[in-house]
Amino acid sequence: MASETTAGAIASPRDEIGFWGFSKPQLAALAVLIAFIAVAPYFLYPVFLMKLLCFALFACAFNLLIGYVGLLSFGHAAYFGMGGYIAGHTAKVWGLTPELAVLAGAAFACVQGWIFGWIAIRRQGIYFAMITLALAQMVYFFCLQAPFTGGEDGIQAIPRGSLFGVISLEPDMTMYWFVAAVFLAGFLFIHRIIHSPYGQVLKAIRENEPRATSLGYRTDDYKLVAFILSATISGVAGGVKSLVFGIATLTDVFWAMSGEAVLMTLVGGIGTVFGPVVGAAVIVTMQNYLAEMGAWVTVIQGVIFVIIVLAFRRGIVGEIANLLRVKL
Amino acid sequence: MDEIFGIPAPLLFGQLLLGLINGAFYAMLSLGLAVIFGLLNIINFTHGAQFMMGAFVAWMLLNWLGLGYWWALLLAPLIVGLSGVIIERTMISRLYKLDHLYGLLLTFGIGLIIEGVFRNYFGSSGLPYRPPAELQGGWDLGFMFMPVYRFWVVVFSLVVCLATWLMIEKTRLGAYLRAATENAALVQAFGVNVPRLITLTYGFGVALAALAGVLAAPIYSVNPQMGTNLIIIVFAVVVIGGMGSILGSVLTGFGLGVVEGLTRVFWPEASATVIFVIMAIVLVTRPAGLFGRA
Amino acid sequence: MQITRRSALAGTALAFGAGIGGLPYRSAKAQAANTIRIGVLTDMSGMYRDNTGPTSVACARQAVAEFGQRGFNVEVIEADHQNRPDVGVNLARQWYDQGVDVIIDVPTSSVGLAVNQIAREKNKAYINVGSATADLTGAQCSPNTVHWAYDTWMLAKSNGGATVRAGGDTWFFITADYAFGHALERDTANFVRASGGRVIGQVRTPFPGTTDFSSFLVQAQASRAKVIGLANAGADTQNCVKQAAEFGITRRGIKLASLLLFINDVHGLGLQTAQGLTCTETFYWDLNDRTRAFTQRVLPRTPNNYPNMIHAGCYSGTLHFLKAIADMGVAAAKASGVDIINRMKAMPTEDDAFGAGQVRPDGRRLIPSYLFEVKSPAESRGPWDYLKLVQTTPAAEAFRPLGEGGCALVRS
Repeated sequence: MASETTAGAIASPRDEIGFWGFSKPQLAALAVLIAFIAVAPYFLYPVFLMKLLCFALFACAFNLLIGYVGLLSFGHAAYFGMGGYIAGHTAKVWGLTPELAVLAGAAFACVQGWIFGWIAIRRQGIYFAMITLALAQMVYFFCLQAPFTGGEDGIQAIPRGSLFGVISLEPDMTMYWFVAAVFLAGFLFIHRIIHSPYGQVLKAIRENEPRATSLGYRTDDYKLVAFILSATISGVAGGVKSLVFGIATLTDVFWAMSGEAVLMTLVGGIGTVFGPVVGAAVIVTMQNYLAEMGAWVTVIQGVIFVIIVLAFRRGIVGEIANLLRVKL
Repeated sequence: MDEIFGIPAPLLFGQLLLGLINGAFYAMLSLGLAVIFGLLNIINFTHGAQFMMGAFVAWMLLNWLGLGYWWALLLAPLIVGLSGVIIERTMISRLYKLDHLYGLLLTFGIGLIIEGVFRNYFGSSGLPYRPPAELQGGWDLGFMFMPVYRFWVVVFSLVVCLATWLMIEKTRLGAYLRAATENAALVQAFGVNVPRLITLTYGFGVALAALAGVLAAPIYSVNPQMGTNLIIIVFAVVVIGGMGSILGSVLTGFGLGVVEGLTRVFWPEASATVIFVIMAIVLVTRPAGLFGRA
Repeated sequence: MQITRRSALAGTALAFGAGIGGLPYRSAKAQAANTIRIGVLTDMSGMYRDNTGPTSVACARQAVAEFGQRGFNVEVIEADHQNRPDVGVNLARQWYDQGVDVIIDVPTSSVGLAVNQIAREKNKAYINVGSATADLTGAQCSPNTVHWAYDTWMLAKSNGGATVRAGGDTWFFITADYAFGHALERDTANFVRASGGRVIGQVRTPFPGTTDFSSFLVQAQASRAKVIGLANAGADTQNCVKQAAEFGITRRGIKLASLLLFINDVHGLGLQTAQGLTCTETFYWDLNDRTRAFTQRVLPRTPNNYPNMIHAGCYSGTLHFLKAIADMGVAAAKASGVDIINRMKAMPTEDDAFGAGQVRPDGRRLIPSYLFEVKSPAESRGPWDYLKLVQTTPAAEAFRPLGEGGCALVRS
């Protein structure tokens, strides 16, 4: 993985770091992203865009682990799904306002990430992936059995409520701005982490863990914090998603959802800042619009994955960045 | 009647036996997965689809060519194995120098394609396939009814697993294989055609999956998604046994079948999850798996 | 200069990547005010594909073709919800917002219930055919929804009561461990007890992910129950039936009551394995002259898959919906989904697939239910000649009484 990601990430001389850790091409891309978010709802279906943003945030959180610490988690659905359940439950049953419900989901995912991360980070590579998968399957089992999740039907009719108890989020456009704000905050937060001194240590661990250890870094602590952050942001994404759709279900905690996070990140470009966003856009779009193509959905999805792995291994953004010789 | 933990002893014996039989499927599937991982370093996520193909090819042989179960047992693994060889030559062979993740995603994508094509062609509600006349019926063992076919499955898969193990551990070909696993460049330098060895190994692993598919056709519903749910469990079996360990995956396959069978008596709801609990515990205490080398 | 051009290029590329998300959206919006749009939301790629899926779409299109031109255009669109509530909800919202007037089918109870919320929120019409949950006309009933062909209560009543009366008075349930399985088990157990039978045990099997049921079957056998109730569906039921035959359970006189079994499942099992099973349907293609005529008409659209009660329900539901639209006018129909549903409730239903029927105030469509037994290979005279009628429950008794569902529409 390391050789693959760094190839796309080798900084060209022009990549001097500017504002908030963004290089100039990244700033340009960020400007386009923000412009897109601002303009898109007037052209595209807002609920679809909200779904896209939720998954984009989820993929970014996942990318924080695989792209910058080199840890492949195969159990991120556990945090995404539980974030959704907790947010849904607190919003519907306890009557919390949406921002508090999302925070509750995030807090739960944080604690969960703390415990699971503490168990998992002692292992590396495929074993790390397997432990996270195993733990996530236990969460799935819990969600299947626990009464509050509503089993297969999920928690339905979750109210969107009113932001701070004042602004009603029922209209799609108001909800959209809330989701967009959460997404951007999460996105910038992740970017800030990566470009902080702490993020530099993470990258050092990814490249050569024994060396980082020998330099006096307690690598396990660094990895654990990254894991917790990733889990928490996944929980935020899940919580917001359950508010958008008014439903939290088992599909969000199933292992296939963890696989989706991997696919989105891979399609967009592992270890790139914008890759997960583009990857999420592509996958969510495929799910939505291929749905009307009926029975060939899975075949087309399969073909796309095969083509990406064989021909565009850096992912969409990674390939573009490589072509332009910039970091994105 | 004697009871163990509140369960009548005969019932418990029956469940142990059934678990062992299920373990036979896990063992054969995880054996193929382990062989492939050992040499190719690829986690073959197409395995479930190839298991399904085995069952479907058996059905096609019967309904299109009039060839029965015994022919299917021979031909289906060959046909599906050949398809595996083509997949390896055209696609997987391009990924060997890369991270596990890419192989996993490629084979996952191929699995989606195969499954989708079969679903479009055969529908999703399954196809009928009967056990051969010689293997119908069963014996009353007193504590349970033992179908002849299940007995056959357990014996046959034990033989296959043993033969595979012997081939890898005791023959010259197996020695090449093990050597290539350790250091492919060196083996190549000795004049062994390593790429061909790799291709054949993949074909062999796939053929094992197809063989398991033929064995499953008479007792499980033959439908395009029959392998989807199995693959993740089988994958767990390989990890618990120790990635790439042949003996480990076989023993773990049978062992977990038994554990799962017991869980089905004491806490049936949890029987699909128990394997993951064991996987987590094993990975925390013995990172390389029960039989793997760290 | 160079840098800015690069940056601009990078930005454009990103915009392109993000922008492909929206391409097809506008094209779908071109619609005439005089066109009624019917969305068939179904399972095209999952385990219920043959029980719903393409054949549901074919039957809806057949209804449109037979309805003919009566002063407005009708367009049928289809989509695959992949059995995922989030995908289903997204598609349903999008369809309704883009001028789809009715969503039909929607198998898988979790998705069916989720779409129920959306239809109400958007005040559009919703005809559920594929979901089994009786909650659609009970606790979660809605003025925007009609539940068309069957539900868990009706399956339980037909199968549970009749089996006990036939001497099968002790039951053991093998239940798929999710909401649908639980509901089916609960409802059936109530009928077993009400008819004087006893439930002596049950086992909950993980869903999805169970392929081998032999262990559960042996437990059921050890309980010495006379009847094993299969509260599951699709591949789970098929695996249970196949393995019960293998373990000689049926040959020892223990009866398998498959509570939800479609003719397509029987086809998948083969008569040799499936013979003697009972199943409850509201439609069978060989029931009478009218059902045979309907089947002959629709078969060219679905040559390899005979219609079951869900497919026939999509035909009949679409037809009744279009009759209501013709009766009230397109403009009024576009204005309010509740009005469409009220009109559908006011008109008696009448079609070849189900004969005469009516829609109750809680949205339940009333039709007789039939208990069938699967024929032996010797009895079957042709392709898909699989079932023989055992018992008919009249429309008035087939479904849960109006007052017992807890539907808010009834109390008010």
